[in-house]
This record gives sequence, structure tokens and C-alpha cells, in this order.
Amino acid sequence: MVGGGLAGLMTATRVAEMGVAVDLFSIVPVKRSHSVCAQGGINGAVNTKGEGDSPEIHFDDTIYGGDFLADQAPVKAMCYAAPGIINLLDRMGVMFNRTPEGLLDFRRFGGTRFHRTAFAGATTGQQLLYALDEQVRRHEVEGLVRKYEAWEFLGLARDDAGNCRGIVALDAYAMRIEAFPAIAVMLATGGPGIVFGRSTNSVINTGTAASAAYQDGATYANGEFIQVHPTSIPGSDKLRLMSESARGEGGRVWVPRTPGDKRRPESIPEAERWYFLEEKYPAYGNLCPRDIATREIFLVCRNGFGVDGKRQVYLDVTHIPARELDVKLGGILEIYEKFVGEDPRRVPMRVFPGMHYSMGGLWVDFQKDEKTGMLVEGSPRNQATNVPGLYAGGEVDFSIHGANRLGANSLVSCLYAGRIAGPAMVRHGRDVAAKLPAADGALAAARRKWEEEFRRLATLSGPENPHVIAGEMGDWMTDNVTVIRENGKLRQTEAKLEELADRWNRIGLTDQSGYANREISFINQLRNMLVLARVITRGALLREESRGAHFKVRDLSAPIDEKNALPRDDANFLKTTMATHTPDGPQIAYAPVDTTLIKPRVRKY
Amino acid sequence: MSRTIQLRVKRQDAPTASPYWEEYEIPYAPGQNVVSALMEIARDPRTRDGKPTSPVVFDRACLEEVCGSCAMRVNGVSRMACTALIDHLEQPVRLEPMAKFPVLRDLSVDRQPMFEALKRVRGWIPIDGTYDLGPGPRMAEAERRLAYEYARCITCGNCLDVCPQVNDRSNFIGASAIAQARLFNSHPTGAMNAAERLEALMADGGIDDCGNAQNCVRACPKEIPLTTAIAEMYRATTRHGLKKLLGS
Repeated sequence: MVGGGLAGLMTATRVAEMGVAVDLFSIVPVKRSHSVCAQGGINGAVNTKGEGDSPEIHFDDTIYGGDFLADQAPVKAMCYAAPGIINLLDRMGVMFNRTPEGLLDFRRFGGTRFHRTAFAGATTGQQLLYALDEQVRRHEVEGLVRKYEAWEFLGLARDDAGNCRGIVALDAYAMRIEAFPAIAVMLATGGPGIVFGRSTNSVINTGTAASAAYQDGATYANGEFIQVHPTSIPGSDKLRLMSESARGEGGRVWVPRTPGDKRRPESIPEAERWYFLEEKYPAYGNLCPRDIATREIFLVCRNGFGVDGKRQVYLDVTHIPARELDVKLGGILEIYEKFVGEDPRRVPMRVFPGMHYSMGGLWVDFQKDEKTGMLVEGSPRNQATNVPGLYAGGEVDFSIHGANRLGANSLVSCLYAGRIAGPAMVRHGRDVAAKLPAADGALAAARRKWEEEFRRLATLSGPENPHVIAGEMGDWMTDNVTVIRENGKLRQTEAKLEELADRWNRIGLTDQSGYANREISFINQLRNMLVLARVITRGALLREESRGAHFKVRDLSAPIDEKNALPRDDANFLKTTMATHTPDGPQIAYAPVDTTLIKPRVRKY
Repeated sequence: MSRTIQLRVKRQDAPTASPYWEEYEIPYAPGQNVVSALMEIARDPRTRDGKPTSPVVFDRACLEEVCGSCAMRVNGVSRMACTALIDHLEQPVRLEPMAKFPVLRDLSVDRQPMFEALKRVRGWIPIDGTYDLGPGPRMAEAERRLAYEYARCITCGNCLDVCPQVNDRSNFIGASAIAQARLFNSHPTGAMNAAERLEALMADGGIDDCGNAQNCVRACPKEIPLTTAIAEMYRATTRHGLKKLLGS
């Protein structure tokens, strides 16, 4: 197991439960993984509110929300498994909010009309992560899980036949590099937010492991589909997430109707506030899906309506009783209060879209059960990458969310991936890996390769600083490869990324220490980030349509509207982008999408 | 002269090396916090008098006070660095590693003892397996709210760093682990193994080592009612001890 967030810990639990030993590698103590930052909740059609919700509707909402780009069988299987997953986490002791009867409470989230989101205050990811951390600690005490915390994944060890036979990892303190054999390897290393510089992600979310696996031969799919969250708190170091649950509980997005209105928000009368999401999307209002809400907020500000003329809008929860806010949204309001210094119970929050999540990631397979339209349980193909013996799950994989993820679907997709990947890996071990010859040579070679590479990195003595290069990469990616895309800018970004890759060769190390040298690690991560940035940018450049979060216009100097935007093009682009690494950059091909269960239709909220 | 931020950092190159102080000066920007200031130093690592140096090593991940990584002493106070806003701090801002954990390098310390303590108190619900057994036990919302407070512990270590009973001569597990025992003992399923956790708290280095200084509850960045948990667990262990004495 590489990665100790929700997907990794769920996989480890499932494997350990089958009596198979797990080595668990994580760059930070697993309890500090980025899943801890998920706030709003976890989706599952438990239907405790008498609304007639069902897994089938959850399935349709997810496919439709993802603009039909997701393979449908895994999505259907996940939606049907979701209520059971929530029950499991409830049994593990997650302190989900309750109804007066002591049952799990559910709230609304974007892209659905149902109360489908179970939640634990506004720190649901933290609570789910801790529950799994506790289960894995129990398996650790019982001797089935061995943790390698503060170890960083560097690359795969593949044998001559191409099978993944283990990994190479770096002890982040002793700076020792070792190879670890495995019957199967799973990457659950999260998303690549730091490729965009500032995002809602933790600083550990560089995508370095996914990029390393990609460079070692794994296919990276739909890289261009990047979710920008509608509401984050702008900051110079990061964009702190302000959960969709704020809107799920009744929060409203607005700007003054008069651009540049200098009055304090509470003294602007109702009639002079522009609730633009509610106006434009009467059915879903503030809970339209993220790609749409983000674009609307972005354009409102671009057109000069941002609060104080800046890139910010109001997210207003001041009409909700403070007591209710504390019980349901306490965690996120506390973040706003601590970093902005204003009480959001009394003053509307100022927010702006921020890079949040990657729908794309390592390509993974599935085995469809033709009878049910779902997956064959226990199939070794589920969550398997194209590299035999290598699995992936969670944000690092490309499945489930298509062109746009619905809020509160990420936690369930992580847990579902772990649920099916565990048995798949054990099965692969028994059916395939057990019959392979010893891989000592492959492991030793991979280790030598990385030892030599790190020795070389330690001698870098040029004038460039890696953090400065990373900053430029982030600015370019955020400016040109997020909400609005245009081919000219994408081409310039590709050229810029090549320039940065060239400058990377002239980096100088400022830290010469052989102990806990984070700078060497970062330089290696930066190279991987630059590779991934090219995959994302090339995918965006070649996809000549708009779909979900990928919104492409013909002319940036003209008004950004439907006329200017490329339309969705199912004939040519209802396809998965498949990127393969070559020394000259990504090679892009397209694979068909499984659309056998729900026929693609026009997406309109 | 334009505004700057000044920092003094206590550095240490390796676990057995001697500590030394370095000073830095970086351009002022509004809204900075200690983590972003340390990240700014890494972009051009040199001391205040221009001497090239290495970036300060410290732990951080989420920058929104939920991962628990960046605990350190800021102007002598144990706290999370990400929520330590520069505008609210006296300068030069003095940064030191927490003192109750072994220093690994600079501001990075070894908090493994905290995770070991979670093993000692058996901090988990012993479910039979991950297969579908339907919903968990019902729970009153009021009770859930109290328990949730304890479930928010980010294992940062501030409560241990300020505790006079945590020192070289003791193996006191500290407030956070005691609060976790309280959390699991209050869960309907966890209550079935309450005795095991109470026994753990009654063992050497357990709850009896608490000296009631109450520093922990003041230092907790999440405002977890740690002393309430300690009092509850103290009563529970006393009852448990008496029961054992009287004849089980």
C-alpha cells in the first residue's frame, strides 16, 4: 500500500482482514493524510428522509453530473454499495450527526435534489479517516500491517515481463533508499493539487507518486479534468476550502447588483443583492454542480461584479441560527474565523473558486457483471492499472467522476475503491504473482537506479531555486488550465512547461545535509509535477469540446458565453483520454466509455 | 525601508547534533502565517545578514489546522504554526521545536509516542469485519455531540508539550490518549470493551500520573474538553478498581 488516506487505509483493512500482510507506506503519518481535509460529507442513497431516493438515482445523478464521461458499471456498483459503506463507517464509530431518533442525519449537496449526504459536523473526512486509521492500528497491533511512515514512494520495480514486483521508497529522515517486494502494489496517493501552486489541497498532494508510476509505464487517463471548487478562501499560501455543505445547509451566494458597491454587506438591502446562481438555476440554485457554480462565480467577477471589484463573492450563512451553524458547520466556520478574522455567523464570507480535485488519474480496469450492470465482486481486474500487479484507487485513479465530480462523492469513491481493490489484489497474488519467478534482480536494479539518481540530485549546483520554478508552474497552470481554456494559452503553457523543465536542470541545492533533506525530495517531486502538468495541458489542448469541468472558448477577448464556447462533442470526444509517457512528452490516445446503462443526454440544470 | 518579517529559529541538524539559532528577514505580506513565512524562506534561504543557509525543516501538510502536523513553539507558546498569524505575533518571531518530543531536525520532532499511546488505550471499535451488517447502533444526538468533540483530536502534541508530568522521567500517556479512551468508552459498541481501556489507564504511566495542572485544555488548538475527559476517566477507573477489589 502506498498512501494512507481513505482509499489506502480501506484497502489495507480489507487485505489484512483476509489474513494477508500489508506494508503500508506514507509520506506523512497516515492520520495526517489529505482525506482529513474533506469537510462536507459522504453520499449514499440511504433514503431516511422519505424522499424516495435510491442508488439508481444516485447513479444517474453521478453520471449526469460527470457529463457522461465516466464508465458506468463501476459508478453503478459504487452507488449501490454506498449505503453499506456508510453503515460500515457508522459501525466503526464515526460520530455522524444524528436525527432526533438517533439515526444518521443526511443533508443536501450539489447536483442532486435529495438529502443524500451523511456528515460528521463539517469535518467528515477527518472522522472517516480516523475511523479507518483506528482499524488499521488494530491490525498493526495484531501484526498484519506494518507501517512505513515518513517514507516516500519513488518508483516501481518491474520485472522483464513488465510485472510490478514491488516499489522503491525513500526514508525521508535517514535518506536511505530501499526496494520492497510485493505480490501486488496499490497506489492511493491522492491528487495533484500542488501542480497548480495554490489549491485547497495539502502541500503533500504533489501527484508525484502518480507521475512516477506514469513514467514507469502506467496509463494516465482524463488528466485534463480538473475540478475547481466554487468556494474557497483566497490566501497567499493556500486556498482554504469552504465546503459545499455551507450551501447544502442553506448558504447563499451573492454579489451587490451595483458593481463596486462600497456598503458593508449587511447594509445592502435584499433587493440590491444579486443571487445569481438562484436566478439562473432555479431548480438547483446554489447547489448546482461545481463546474457550473465555479464558472458562474468566475464570470461574474470577470464581468466586474466581484465584491469590491475583486475576485470574490459573498457566501452568506448569516440568516441561519448560529446554534444550528455550530452543530452542522462548526469546523469550516472555525477555519474562516481563524484565517480571516471575521465571524461568518454575522458577516458574509468572501470566497472565490480554487483548484480542488482531479477527476483524472491513473487508468484502472473493472470487470463488468453483465447481469447486474455492476462489477464482478473479487475480480482481480477491479482497480487494476495497465501494469500487471499495480493497482490504484481514490483520487489518484480516473474512474467514477467523469468530467465533473459531485460533492460528497469523493469520500465514497475512495472507500469503494479500497473495498474492491483489497480482494482484487489478494486474488491477483494467488492467481498470478504466486507463480512468478523471484524478482530479486528487478528489485535490485530499481533500487540502484534511484540511488544513483538521488546521488546525482545531491550534486545539483546551478542558480535556480526549485520553489521559484514550482511557483511559476503553479501560476501558469492556474491562469490557463483551470476554469476557462483556450488553445493559444494552452500552447503557451506547454512551451512554458518545457522552459521550466529545462531550468529544472540548473537547480542548485541549498541543503547539503544527508539527513531529512526535504529539498532533494522536493526537487524530485517537482520534476514529476512538471511531467504531470504536461499531461494535463496536452489533454486539455487536444480535447476540442467543452464537457463538465473542461470548458474551452474560441476567443478569450470576446465575451465568455455559450456562443464563444465549444459545444460538447459526443461523436468525437465521448472518450477517455489515455496518456502514455514518452521521453518527448505525453502520447495521447482515446478509449471508448462504457455508456451501456444510461444513454447520454443533454446536460442542463 | 519597506516592512519585513523577522524570525529567529532554533535549528538542529540531526537528532544528536547541538542546537543553534538563526535569524531571517523576509518581505512583509498581509495574511502571512508562520508556515507561509517558513515556506518563503525556502525560496531563497539565507540568514538575516545574507549568509546562504538551508531551508528550515518542519512538518506541515494541510495549512488549515486539521492535519496536526505543524505544532511547534511560537514565541514560547506551544501551538499550530499554520494558524499563528504573523500580524498577531511579536517580532522577531521565535520558533522552537516542541520540547517534550525528540528533535529529528530543526522544528520536526518524533511524535510516534502519541500513536503508541493510542495502541495502549486500544483506541478503536473492534468491529467483526467490513462486510455489510446494516447500520450501527443508534445514538442520541446530544451524546454524539459530546463524543464528537473528542473525535476531533488531531494528535498534534500540544497538550503533551505543555504538561509538566510529561518529561524524561515519566511515561505518562497524556491528555489526548485519555480523551480517546473516553471517546471509545462512550460509544455503544466501544463500551463493550470499556474495561480493557480502563485497565490501560490504570497501568504504569496512566491516568494516576496526571497532576491536574490543566495546561492541556488551554493549549488544545481544537478546544477539546480534555480535563473533563480526564475527570470522567478518573471516576471510571476508580469505580472499576473498586469493583475489582470487591469481588470480580
